[in-house]
Amino acid sequence: MITLTINNTQVEVPEGTTILEAAKKIGVEIPTLCHHEDLCVAGNCRVCVVEIKGRPRLEASCATPAENGMEVFTHSAKVRNARNVITQLLLSEHAEECTLCYKNGNCELQNLAEEYYHDDEMFIDLAHEKEHHIDKSTALRYDPSKCIRCQRCVRTCAEIQGVNALSAAFKGKDMMITTFMEKTFGEVVCTNCGQCVVHCPTGALTERTYYDEIWEAIEDPDKHVVVNTAPSVRVALGEPFGLEPGTIVTGQMAAALRRLGFDSVLDTDFAADLTIIEEGNEFIQRLKKKFVDGEDVALPMITSCSPGWVKFIEHMYPDLLDHLSSCKSPQQMFGALAKTYYAEKKGIDPEKIVSVSIMPCTAKKFEANRPEMKSSGYQDIDAGLTTRELAKMIKQAGIDLTKLPEEDFDSIMGESSGAGVIFGATGGVMEAALRTVYEIITGREVPFRHLDIQPVRGLDGVKEATIKFENCKPEYSFLEGAEVKVAVAHGLRNARKIMDQIKEGKSPYLFVEIMACPGGCIGGGGQPIPTNDEIRMKRIEAIYREDAGKPIRKSHENPEIKQVYEEFLKEPLGEKSHKLLHTHYSKRNRY
Amino acid sequence: MASQVKRADIIFAPYSEYPYKILGEALKKSPDDIIDALIKSGLRGRGGAGFPTGLKWKFAKKAQGDEKYVVCNADEGEPGTFKDRDILVKVPRKMLSGMGICAHVTGATKGFIYLRAEYDYLKDALQKEIDFFHQHCEKYGLDFHVEIKSGAGAYVVGEETALLNSAEGKRGEPRNKPPFPVTEGFLNKPTVVNNVETFVNAMMVCRIGAEEFAKYGMRGQKGSKLFSIAGDTPKPGVYELELGLTVEELVNEFGDGNTKAVQVGGVSGFCVPSAKFKEKTIGFPGKDDVNYIPTGGSIMLFNHTRSMYHVLENYLEFFEEESCGQCTPCRVGTQQLLKGIKAIKKGKKDPAYLDTLYKLAETMKITSKCGLGQSVANSFCSIVDEFKEEIIY
Repeated sequence: MITLTINNTQVEVPEGTTILEAAKKIGVEIPTLCHHEDLCVAGNCRVCVVEIKGRPRLEASCATPAENGMEVFTHSAKVRNARNVITQLLLSEHAEECTLCYKNGNCELQNLAEEYYHDDEMFIDLAHEKEHHIDKSTALRYDPSKCIRCQRCVRTCAEIQGVNALSAAFKGKDMMITTFMEKTFGEVVCTNCGQCVVHCPTGALTERTYYDEIWEAIEDPDKHVVVNTAPSVRVALGEPFGLEPGTIVTGQMAAALRRLGFDSVLDTDFAADLTIIEEGNEFIQRLKKKFVDGEDVALPMITSCSPGWVKFIEHMYPDLLDHLSSCKSPQQMFGALAKTYYAEKKGIDPEKIVSVSIMPCTAKKFEANRPEMKSSGYQDIDAGLTTRELAKMIKQAGIDLTKLPEEDFDSIMGESSGAGVIFGATGGVMEAALRTVYEIITGREVPFRHLDIQPVRGLDGVKEATIKFENCKPEYSFLEGAEVKVAVAHGLRNARKIMDQIKEGKSPYLFVEIMACPGGCIGGGGQPIPTNDEIRMKRIEAIYREDAGKPIRKSHENPEIKQVYEEFLKEPLGEKSHKLLHTHYSKRNRY
Repeated sequence: MASQVKRADIIFAPYSEYPYKILGEALKKSPDDIIDALIKSGLRGRGGAGFPTGLKWKFAKKAQGDEKYVVCNADEGEPGTFKDRDILVKVPRKMLSGMGICAHVTGATKGFIYLRAEYDYLKDALQKEIDFFHQHCEKYGLDFHVEIKSGAGAYVVGEETALLNSAEGKRGEPRNKPPFPVTEGFLNKPTVVNNVETFVNAMMVCRIGAEEFAKYGMRGQKGSKLFSIAGDTPKPGVYELELGLTVEELVNEFGDGNTKAVQVGGVSGFCVPSAKFKEKTIGFPGKDDVNYIPTGGSIMLFNHTRSMYHVLENYLEFFEEESCGQCTPCRVGTQQLLKGIKAIKKGKKDPAYLDTLYKLAETMKITSKCGLGQSVANSFCSIVDEFKEEIIY
């Protein structure tokens, strides 16, 4: 242990603790910008500098390890003066257009500027003399004039995602964050995962917003606007309204959506259950083809719910696309059914339906706009909004989410099981699939206490489980005694570990779940900011609480799922399913 | 007037012995003895920062690592410095001997010479000498292999951790310290990074002995130093002089009779006005010793025809281009200093704004991540202190 004093208070910390962490321990908040719990130390912004007795220079507290006998001063006059100058330098480089900024009110630079308020511009404005090009892809928006070069996005893209779409380029006054050859986001390996957005301290990186168009559709009496909300939105939407992370607001969310004026408030969880039926059956079919028919089928089969992950594999492992399940994501299954099944049942002209999804995700915007996602004959999903955008709409409508009564989703396509809910957490799709697949094969419930498949839960980067099939139904006797190894990965850098194994032909798995974002969808690029492991864990716990409280825990027992097969789809992997619920992928280049 | 500067002839003195003789002899000595001799000699890093060489080697020797590296910093990018080039051309053998001795002392088996992009034309000749060096390593049983890595033209890569990043194929950005290269350097392995001239001097300590080496130097400074003399001087060039001379002695020898100021240590060094020629000594300062000015070798003389405003403007233009851009004080601060003095000159900012800029420079000095940003204030403050009127009017 190391003993030092911070602002004359003694503190004891383990070796390797930074001054920043040590200060936090005794309730001293040192401001930071380039620092983020998820990322490696950078020491770039220099906002967190502190004075150490005996050293002429100030040191970055995020990058300096505590040492025995150190006397640290975090807010001395020397420190405050320096921090003030640095803050003013950052502001001179940053286009100060707070009132025009999407991140107004949720900006770390703004907070710092408030703390170190200066009644006049200290330095010459640099932000407006350069020409800045705002890059808008279907999913993301990058405004370099708001960038403070902290490189959190660069480190996120490299360390968490292993994508490296973003990089620092040029030097000195020209140093900037950009993509390969300064191409637009839409042209590079960017997966649209939005993790850079979640980690950006300012408004430089944001999602591309679509709520203005949605307001317009809601106001249009000719349009029938249906909305579906992803599982992880209900455990995070409370945060922008001041609720603790992990607060479940499912009922209030449904109520708010109704008050916003959506004509029908439906649930992506329904489509998640549907995904399980299709994907579970696809998995069994692949096993049968492989082990009974001796066909050359790609195994392990890998989930395809996460559009960031799908674009990643298209760029990075285009030769392994056969491994992807052909199932569309729940969002796209929902969209395809909204303008067919739902329209038919409700007697509404599908042309008049506007289908909106509320997603924890920025990549969903890209997915909705993929050219092949028009199997209903129309664009299946007209717009994908993030959790943050929905929060903004609710605030724009003057609704206090916390005061709303709990309401139910509408029918049809509003009913879901606990299995659908857990799609929001890493491991959830695997768990939901196993609950159904095991029962199809053996006729019995999956052999885990309360159906909770613990080995696939939690924040470990790659998780494994083995399921043994015994006493199988006669038609699945080929699986008798089989020990099926499965794996779950979240964060694309972890996905690489699984994919490299497959590429080398050494993968021991038959079924793999991959989610682009750390923690799964609850940590998605469209979720409230900030996000860190503590918050991710709280959202995950909420997801499993929601699952445990559901009367139905298995996708195949969802009555609305039974109904859609009886009345419309007929059978899993059937002709209609094929047309509406399955898709294909494209090989993409890396450059 | 008789010359007051003391010339030395250690570095370029021709070989009197067979090639790599000193290396062979040094390899027979124990590493600790060599470290002791280096410490006793008082040799300090010749790149400009002046870290005691013996200590650096000692730390690297003590550091745990399955592999260690010896790196020769031949990025010579400080404006006004061109002395390492002379060594690389004339006596690369001495430099390589120093690297070999360092490998012996620290236990390193690999090394490289980080050669600045502009010196690419030296590569072939240097490689030939390295091949010759390898033959001798083999003969002496020294397991040490040296290669050349080429720079890409950035000034900041002269900073040792930026150099290491660049050599690893990364963006040439300085790292946080600690950890220092002696414990986590190239590929996070213990690494000694020394300037070209330092390796030559280390070899010379082995050749002539610590005591003989320490006899060179005046006013408490040890050894000789190469100086790149440039600017308003009738005899520009590379000179080997004993350390510890005053600026006055230097000007008397190299000035054109009309010297107004001397910039010691390049753009990141200090400007000395004629009024202070007498009191400023060129050498490595002890603690709080403001009258010693260190230099990697760059000496620029300015006579009375020069505008110090233009000198400063030129330096700041250099800095705002050559900052790596990662840390705020340096990236934005250099731009603000340049824009600021231009605005004052044009009357767009009040002369009092110079005080704000001065405060900014001082903040850069204590908050920047690496030596580049920290030393912008050296030239800025010393020029503003002495030539305020020229800057404002």
